[in-house]
Amino acid sequence: MEHYLSLAVRAVFVENILLAFFLGMCSFLAVSKKIETAIGLGAAVIFVLTLTTPLNWVLHDVLLKKGALGWAGLPDADMSFLNFILFIATIAATVQLVEMVLDRYSPRLYTALGIFLPLIAVNCAILGSSLFMVERDYNFAETVVFGAGSGVGWALAIVAMAAIRTKIRYSNVPSGLRGLGITMLITGLMALAFQCFAGIQL
Amino acid sequence: MSTTQAPPKGSFSLANLVKLDKKSKAALSDPMSENNPITVQVLGICSALAVTVQMQTAVVMSMAVISVLCLSNVVISLMRNHIPSRIRIIVQLSVIASLVIVADQVLRAYLYDVSKQLSVFVGLIITNCIIMGRAEAFAMANPPGKSFLDGLGNGIGYSIILCAVAFGRELFGAGSLFGLQVVPQFLYDIGYVNMGLMVVPPGAFILLGLIIWGQRTMTGYVEEN
Repeated sequence: MEHYLSLAVRAVFVENILLAFFLGMCSFLAVSKKIETAIGLGAAVIFVLTLTTPLNWVLHDVLLKKGALGWAGLPDADMSFLNFILFIATIAATVQLVEMVLDRYSPRLYTALGIFLPLIAVNCAILGSSLFMVERDYNFAETVVFGAGSGVGWALAIVAMAAIRTKIRYSNVPSGLRGLGITMLITGLMALAFQCFAGIQL
Repeated sequence: MSTTQAPPKGSFSLANLVKLDKKSKAALSDPMSENNPITVQVLGICSALAVTVQMQTAVVMSMAVISVLCLSNVVISLMRNHIPSRIRIIVQLSVIASLVIVADQVLRAYLYDVSKQLSVFVGLIITNCIIMGRAEAFAMANPPGKSFLDGLGNGIGYSIILCAVAFGRELFGAGSLFGLQVVPQFLYDIGYVNMGLMVVPPGAFILLGLIIWGQRTMTGYVEEN
């Protein structure tokens, strides 16, 4: 149990997928202007990450990993080069499915998240955590914790950033630094603050 | 910390060298400064930060991105009249993903060490917004030749920023360039220390912020807050 708690803390704070691995920067920069939209996108990312990372783990384990095709009489086949295309297909399909299910059963949530869902398919945080999961050789339970933790960490960062950006609207930023420049500097300072969690061991 | 670098002006003479009509020339040279994919269009930031601790990884990554970007632009441009618009995203994604698989296998075969260091970021070229963005914005509406130049221009614009960030980070963070020591030993003897901030992720954010500042001051581009 402790192992999973520690993994979750690492995924949310110490190795925050956005601030330590720079994944999902594009939508982070584009959608962090308003707090409400940031919360919407953050929630959508948590949801999709929690769903797709374990799904991709299963696909990798059953079909692609070296020796995984043993049940089909191909014990030597190593299909892991197909990881990229299969993972991105799973993600795009999941996003599409989630969109359709939400539209049918929870129109309110759909209108709240609606515009962000298609954006998520090309969010590198989603594909990134699937690839990290393969590289770090997590088992299924670890993958679930890692996927959810990464999502929470990403959401935390974007909501915090949106809050800072609403404040900064009233400041007189040098003209060349406005927008992207100052956002990068603030993100740097935020990342520095998150680095302080690095010493924590559970 | 003087880290704001101008994109080299020499890139424009390259376009003059080959005889090109005006629009093709613009497709090639605009993304290098006024319409830079990273600092102005805000695309592809993720990988720009992650692979820039060393010059070597940055250069290899740039080459991978340039080749995938050019090829994907050409392929998508060739198919542009046959792609139904409802499913264009998934078609674009599969073209890009296949090209990235090829790039990844080539890197693994010939540059194994660098490919290990780049780890997941080669795969993440698939979701690099520059590639999707150019496919959607340019290749879907233009013939293959122009799309190739647009891909090349954007790829080079991306590489310039990538190498500028990597140059700053490796020089100040490790005192070396391409793994060769460039800060002389006597400076260390009299008390010079490498800046640890440059090696860790926050350094990358701050350095890129400063480069964007410098670049935008030079081109005069101002964003509404």
